[in-house]
Amino acid sequence: MQTCSQKPHASHSSSVPASGSSVNRAIALRIKRNAAQRLSGGTALLILLGLAAMLSVAFGAREVGWSEIVAALSGQVETMGDAAVASRLPRTLLAMLAGAALGVSGGVMQGLTRNPLADPGLLGVNAGAALAVVIGIAWFGIDETTSYIWTAIAGAAISACAVYAIASLGRGGATPLRLALAGAAITAALSSLTTAVVLPRGDIGGLVQSWLVGGVGGATYDQLLPVLPFLMTGFVITLLAARKLNMLALGDDTAAGLGEKVAVARAMSAVGAVLLCGPITAVCGPIGFVGLVVPHACRLLAGGDYRWLLPFSALGGAVLLTFSDVAGRLIAHPSELDVGIVTAFIGAPVFIWIVRNRKVGSL
Amino acid sequence: MSACSLLAQGLVAGYGERTILYDVNLSVPAGQTTAIVGANACGKSTLLRVLSRLLTPSQGSVLLEGNAIHQLPTRHLAQQLGFLPQSPIAPEGISVLELVSRGRHPHQGLFKRWSSADEVAVADALAATHLSELAERHMDELSGGQRQRVWIAMALAQQTKVLLLDEPTTFLDINHQIDVLDLLTDLNRQRGTTIVMVLHELNLAARYADQLVAMANGKVYAAGPPGEILTEQMVREVFGLESRVIEDPVTGKPMMIPIGRHGGIHTANAPCSQHKKAPCFG
Repeated sequence: MQTCSQKPHASHSSSVPASGSSVNRAIALRIKRNAAQRLSGGTALLILLGLAAMLSVAFGAREVGWSEIVAALSGQVETMGDAAVASRLPRTLLAMLAGAALGVSGGVMQGLTRNPLADPGLLGVNAGAALAVVIGIAWFGIDETTSYIWTAIAGAAISACAVYAIASLGRGGATPLRLALAGAAITAALSSLTTAVVLPRGDIGGLVQSWLVGGVGGATYDQLLPVLPFLMTGFVITLLAARKLNMLALGDDTAAGLGEKVAVARAMSAVGAVLLCGPITAVCGPIGFVGLVVPHACRLLAGGDYRWLLPFSALGGAVLLTFSDVAGRLIAHPSELDVGIVTAFIGAPVFIWIVRNRKVGSL
Repeated sequence: MSACSLLAQGLVAGYGERTILYDVNLSVPAGQTTAIVGANACGKSTLLRVLSRLLTPSQGSVLLEGNAIHQLPTRHLAQQLGFLPQSPIAPEGISVLELVSRGRHPHQGLFKRWSSADEVAVADALAATHLSELAERHMDELSGGQRQRVWIAMALAQQTKVLLLDEPTTFLDINHQIDVLDLLTDLNRQRGTTIVMVLHELNLAARYADQLVAMANGKVYAAGPPGEILTEQMVREVFGLESRVIEDPVTGKPMMIPIGRHGGIHTANAPCSQHKKAPCFG
């Protein structure tokens, strides 16, 4: 074994010229400008969200006047119009919550897999939740929101693990491309299984079919309340994981070199994402593309820092899903188009745009 | 041994069933530049991964100033030891400033936000890598050499005493290779940062390293000052290559010139008749 000897030149350690205040000023300026940009972006999203909520309460199959909206909002339900508006309140809340949860969940999955195409729908997580719920309905006769939620979370978690395990097989580990392929394969397999479970069951066919499209129509407070604790936990975990996602974005080796436990970071983010999209799938059915589109749009406003991107994705998702729900009611008036169909119409072109304009795996 | 920065003892490591390092012993002197060279698949990158704790050895240990790195808390280690992989990933649309700022990660906590110490460290790292003017630019607008400087700046902002780099000059033009190695030498001389890097280019390694580590077949073949290590015999046994080693007229360090099968006029006394098509001045 060799011995070590200190070289004389290594003794003085601080002779690199000091930074210079111009750099500090540039940094301060940059930080200020970023903050200003985020502030205006965030304000715009909040205004849009307020607008979407108002439209969602005001428009629907039955045309209502201002007096009826005001009456319903203040808790008086006397006329048919009042009742219609009152029934739109939980629906609007659910649309906002579902959009926020799916937006954050998509952003987390994109960061976790470093894959711009990641989305609870595309990675097989929603399909897993859907299959679990359908099996629960068909074979075990579950009919309570809480049991739907737990079943969906279990299904989402199992399929997320399966996709990750399949993508990790062989040398090189779970690259973004492998994850996307494994996600597509698992989604296809789970969807056919879901069909196979439902087909022989004429008694539940109608119920499951309408649920499988994904919608927030007919939402009640009884459905909404059990979801809340899961979503709150999910939001807190994902926000705590945001710094870790910033590190994962630099590649696993760099993240580890910067003191991040890569496996812990992945697991924590994944748990948060599943807690967000599983319960939403349980209540609304699988709603696609929100988790894909929203984080990409929010990157333009908030930049790539997940500590900002995730809250922005929550707002953006709420805006997108609420507007989509309103659009679904207006387009098919006096009937309704489920919000899952509307988001697919918006999301599919964006999906194609992302594939054509970006290198997959460049996150 | 107090001036020893990293000390590897009896390392055995590999991936799954495949063992790549067999009983590697190495000591890295504090405040010096150590370059690890060797043929492809000799285990040099694996050794660097073990030294940086990305890979846990099945036997042996790595001590950083006397503490076993595989037992240190992750963040604690990252405050003392930086690692730059061969191909780090720049998130899309990230600016130079944002990327360099992420080097402060191990110094920040969940509730310990961006501090003035962070700001000074980042500004310092940008100045030392001559990137202050480019701080606002996006990574995708930079040249390969500039991007590599940004990564080094990020590692600098981490303010570690030891910096490990896996082939920091790969994919760079020769002028940028020299630029990066000069920069690392500046850091070593001016800040006393201990540098350990895997290098492909033997002559650059001999030129810039205080200690040259030659690896072959998962073991350290020889380690020491380049003048003692870079010999014709070493090149033959480590790389399987016949060569001449002469003194570099610029630095006085040893310089290896490969002979190859179509080698030059001063080597084998090849008869001219074997090279009928080529003009022969022998």
